[in-house]
Amino acid sequence: MSHHPESSPPVYAERNYLNTPATGLKSWLFTLDHKRIGVMFLVAALIFFAVGGLFAMLIRLELLTPGPTVMDAMTYNRMFTLHGVVMIFLFMIPAIPSGFGNFLVPIMVGAKDVAFPRLNLLSFYVYLLGAVIALGGMIYGGADTGWTFYTPYSTTTTTKVVPILLGAFILGFSSILTGLNFIVTVHTLRAPGITWNKLPLFVWSIYATSIIQILATPVLGMTLLLVAIENAFGWGIFDPARGGDPVLFQHFFWFYSHPAVYIMILPAMAVISEVVCAFSRKNIFGYKAVAYSSLGIAFVGFFTWGHHLFTSGQSAFNAGVFGVLTMFVGIFTAIKVFNWVATMYKGSIDFKTPFIYFIGFLFFLFFGGMTGVALGTVSLDIHWQDTYFVVAHFHFIMVGSTIMAFLAALHYWWPLMTGRMYNERWGLVGATLVVSGFVFTFLPQFLLGNEGMPRRYYNYPERFQALNVASTAGASVLGIGFLIILVYLLVALRHGRIAGTNPWGSRGYEWLTTSPPPFENFDVVPAFERGPHEYHQLPAPGAPGAPGAGHA
Amino acid sequence: MNDLLRRLLFLPTQLSEHARDVDGLHFFVVVTTMVAGLLIFATALAFMIRYRRRSEGETTPEVQPKHWHEAVFVGVPLAFFLLWFAIGYPQFVETTQPPPGAMDVFVQGKKWMWKFAYQGGPSSLDVLRVPVGRPVRLLITSRDVIHSFYVPELRLKLDALPGRYTQTWFQPEVAGRYQVFCAEYCGLSHSGMLAELVVMPAAEFDAWIADQRRGEARAQDAALTAGEQGLPGSSILEQGRRVAADQGCLKCHSVDGSRHIGPTFIDLYGRKEKLTTGEVVVADEAYLTRSMMDPAAQLVAGFQNVMPSFQGRMSPPEVASVVEYIKSLKTPAVSAGPSEGPVYEPSPRK
Amino acid sequence: MHSAVAHHFESLEKQGQAQRLGMWLFLATEVLLFTALFAAYGVYRYLYTEAFAQASRGLETWLGGVNTFVLVTSSFTVAMGLDAIVKGKNRRTALLFGLSILMGCVFMVLKGIEYRHHFLHAELPGQFYGGPIAGSGGSMFFALYFLITGLHAFHVVVGMTVLGVIGARAWMGKYDAQYHVPVELAGLYWHLVDLIWIFVFPLIYLI
Ligand code: HEA
Ligand code: HEA
Ligand code: HEC
Ligand code: CUA
Ligand SMILES: [Cu+2]
Repeated sequence: MSHHPESSPPVYAERNYLNTPATGLKSWLFTLDHKRIGVMFLVAALIFFAVGGLFAMLIRLELLTPGPTVMDAMTYNRMFTLHGVVMIFLFMIPAIPSGFGNFLVPIMVGAKDVAFPRLNLLSFYVYLLGAVIALGGMIYGGADTGWTFYTPYSTTTTTKVVPILLGAFILGFSSILTGLNFIVTVHTLRAPGITWNKLPLFVWSIYATSIIQILATPVLGMTLLLVAIENAFGWGIFDPARGGDPVLFQHFFWFYSHPAVYIMILPAMAVISEVVCAFSRKNIFGYKAVAYSSLGIAFVGFFTWGHHLFTSGQSAFNAGVFGVLTMFVGIFTAIKVFNWVATMYKGSIDFKTPFIYFIGFLFFLFFGGMTGVALGTVSLDIHWQDTYFVVAHFHFIMVGSTIMAFLAALHYWWPLMTGRMYNERWGLVGATLVVSGFVFTFLPQFLLGNEGMPRRYYNYPERFQALNVASTAGASVLGIGFLIILVYLLVALRHGRIAGTNPWGSRGYEWLTTSPPPFENFDVVPAFERGPHEYHQLPAPGAPGAPGAGHA
Repeated sequence: MNDLLRRLLFLPTQLSEHARDVDGLHFFVVVTTMVAGLLIFATALAFMIRYRRRSEGETTPEVQPKHWHEAVFVGVPLAFFLLWFAIGYPQFVETTQPPPGAMDVFVQGKKWMWKFAYQGGPSSLDVLRVPVGRPVRLLITSRDVIHSFYVPELRLKLDALPGRYTQTWFQPEVAGRYQVFCAEYCGLSHSGMLAELVVMPAAEFDAWIADQRRGEARAQDAALTAGEQGLPGSSILEQGRRVAADQGCLKCHSVDGSRHIGPTFIDLYGRKEKLTTGEVVVADEAYLTRSMMDPAAQLVAGFQNVMPSFQGRMSPPEVASVVEYIKSLKTPAVSAGPSEGPVYEPSPRK
Repeated sequence: MHSAVAHHFESLEKQGQAQRLGMWLFLATEVLLFTALFAAYGVYRYLYTEAFAQASRGLETWLGGVNTFVLVTSSFTVAMGLDAIVKGKNRRTALLFGLSILMGCVFMVLKGIEYRHHFLHAELPGQFYGGPIAGSGGSMFFALYFLITGLHAFHVVVGMTVLGVIGARAWMGKYDAQYHVPVELAGLYWHLVDLIWIFVFPLIYLI
């Protein structure tokens, strides 16, 4: 299904980052080109996503029946721990910032590369090292603590937590390096035309993400290190038997990990802000509001960690403070949601695959978010804490929103990155399967939570079975959906239709260059005289940025 | 209405006034969310239909928000969120302030069981008996890692932290049996760390506890005499049984032949055990004692190496009594109901 | 254009600006790394006020004092080195950095002596604690003591290595009055290491 039947066939940019300065494995492994590094991050992240997804499927399979189904308790406990660790530290945190961020941020600010290309490559190898150590730990023993590593269990268990802790610790450095790189890039490498108020919203959001990565990650690093030391040498920092305070660990952990959840959603919002404009062919409604609310999230997100400790016997005063602040953090997301919806007003909406994912994203973010706020109301959290309601909450947001956004990004920028189109029809099929399968998987889990089924349960009373079966059924649809996506994307790599410059008729700066982009991003650096989300008064057909440009 | 919504949301029965209040908030939250969602997505849908792309060349006007737009976007949600909080927070505070004169129960979590002790009264494993209509205060702690005491029907949950006490309270309104979950991950059989909350009519409860206190007293001086003269006999078995219960052996080892986390104790003595190493050993006193002191040394085939060592956690006479107790377990034996604390069973025939 | 400019920067100033900003951000992460430990220290000091006070009194404050003096002076010589390179006197910079490294060594040696005494008195973290203080306070204090001072000592070593490398390159004349950002950054890092100690000393030895 050709995009502009009338126009002449689009051209594939022959001189591009995939073949210049060189081709071959070596030229990739030692590349300093942010685009190639971004692609490598993406590939790695997708592989880990598949691994984490495999674990997820096994979890769902085990939960099919109340008793033992396919594995023993010890295996199950390792399974959900590894699932959480892989999905969060190996997939979700690097996926959008280090993957798409690396590819796009420099292009979007009209730079040739990130500020510190060497650090950038280092970041990738640090990430691989961390991943290898963590996975190594999984293969030889694995840990059974849950991704939250709560002490004193994590310091007393006989399973191999230390390698996994070290792995996560090292991964933290990758995250810090990348964040640092982006902040400096945005500050110092913006092309002359691009003022702060003409910064693409994608960049704004990634910028906010980077701030969180820099401020929060070191604390997590230290905390994980303490647990590792504790586990290995028994220094007693978190060990009640030695006067340590196990709850202190939870404060440290969540001081990082609550902001970390915004490390996982802000990049998703970054993608969505771009997608909604491109496919509504419409300027963003409330640019400033959307841009600054990202900073708001980054800031307020640092003061709500206590909402994970409502049942830990924390004082009523603390609970109150953290509770109120939790109410406020929701607002910034609300602003974005409303503005995205309003952006469609008077637009010209094109229902392509990325837009379908946008719809899914909106739906899941809304319900995931609202349930989050509901959890913040303290008294309800007392009932829901550590039940499947929480599991459903964060899957709605992390799988629901973030993965939808991730897939939207994958399809939206696929032509730019590969120079080819994926099959739109299959794209729609995949999107429908993923979205619906997702609802079936996690909606029942909210009800399970209400009914009182605790999480991390290997066996459960009969009365919970019906809903669990429903959830497992949904999960299999989800899995099939992902496999379809995987297949047609791989096919598109070789046989996809040539995309040509700016096939979507988007106004984003990244589309001003040819696809795939040349080695240093622009053959001629444009003047960037208009904003990145301006769609009114289209320029003369054929001019860069006009719908169908590059076909003439 | 209340009941309809409750069923729609799969919420369990409301065992206390607090539970009803919390559900009230729950319903309010659900309704606001649904209404807000309806408005937002109806609008979105309308836009999608009205403004779908009709021709390729289509152009769009620039639309900018007025300040009041953003004000509404912030104001409306914030108002609702703060309202939710204003309702929810007091409900939480209430649970932290037990009324004076509440009956105290000491709750102790331990891998993987719940122990409930009444003031000056008996203690029981995995069954918490409380009277209807009287406030009960729980003083919760843990002996090893963090556990969490959770009764869905009470909409109540509180962590059991090693080395400190946390407290909460409730006032059950309906007699019956309800499940207690462990809601904080605590290892291998976290999901098996269940107990039972038995809410009894007040009179029945009083009778029960009085009876228990008498029983306790008897058992105690029985144990005493046994200690003094060290005669074998029912008393040492009784003591062995209590030690086994207190130490938690019976949490992993059944005495009725059913396979648990550990091998059953019944007919264990003298049994030929196949070890993971493949060799076969006869379970004699030495072996039994070793298994307690250094379980990892000889693993029974088909079992995880999760049994903690009891080196130093049991005095020699206690160990002896447990061994005697295990030896005394021969079929047919009294079967131990899973949730009944074995402490209260008649001592076995011999 | 100056040879040190990377292809993607239009000018030396821009590049320097970027590198400085990068360094400051990195220093921020370093501070937060220690903040976590300081926070833990604060919490336990609050929980075990008496024990911590006692343990703190038991430390050899004078050694800590001398070390503080040494580090501050080394920071000063580093600053002088920076001043020198601005004037283009790269050899002078190298020598001053060497001096600072020497002081770094002194610091490490003194710290080593202190550690040795702790080992002799079995003033060790957690399960290894054999000191006089009853209860958990003592072991907890020394757990944090070794964590904080140990992590700091590690930073001192890293700092010395950095000074060494940059100093050597300065000696070889890799930098000049016009281009000396790396020297600046090395200096910044050393100042941070010094600054952290300025916090550690009163926190652990004095109050
Ligand atoms: C990407 C990840 C992500 C994101 C973005 C969020 C977002 C939020 N989360 Fe979530 N959360 C997690 C991931 C995430 N969470 C994870 C992983 C856990 C579990 C960790 C573990 O224990 O394993 C968790 C757990 C968790 C808890 C603890 C539950 C418990 O264990 O007891 C709480 C409690 O307050 C909470 C709250 C929130 C809130 C208030 C938000 C807010 O940011 C949400 C804001 C969004 C909205 C509010 C939606 C948009 C709003 C509108 C459109 C307004 C319209 C409304 C009206 C008009 C009334 N989260
Ligand atoms: C980003 C984070 C993330 C993601 C994406 C997921 C995805 C999924 N999770 Fe995840 N989950 C967590 C984070 C995540 N989870 C965390 C943090 C926990 C808590 C762990 C703990 O308790 O410590 C958890 C726990 C958790 C539980 C609770 C376990 C328990 O408490 O006992 C369950 C149970 O159903 C579950 C299920 C699922 C399912 C069915 C998916 C599905 O969405 C998975 C679908 C994906 C696939 C089937 C992979 C298929 C992909 C390919 C074949 C290739 C892909 C390639 C392309 C798309 C190009 N998860
Ligand atoms: C955490 C669960 C757990 C607890 C508590 C526990 N055990 Fe065990 N026990 C096991 C497991 C699992 C095995 C089998 C693996 C092995 O031999 O270590 C076992 C094995 C044994 C054996 C050898 C059984 C055989 O068939 O050879 C004996 C005897 C024994 N336990 C006694 C005790 C006593 C006495 C106590 C209490 C003082 C106790 N156990 C507490 C889990 C437990
Ligand atoms: Cu005890 Cu989970
Ligand atoms: Cu949170």
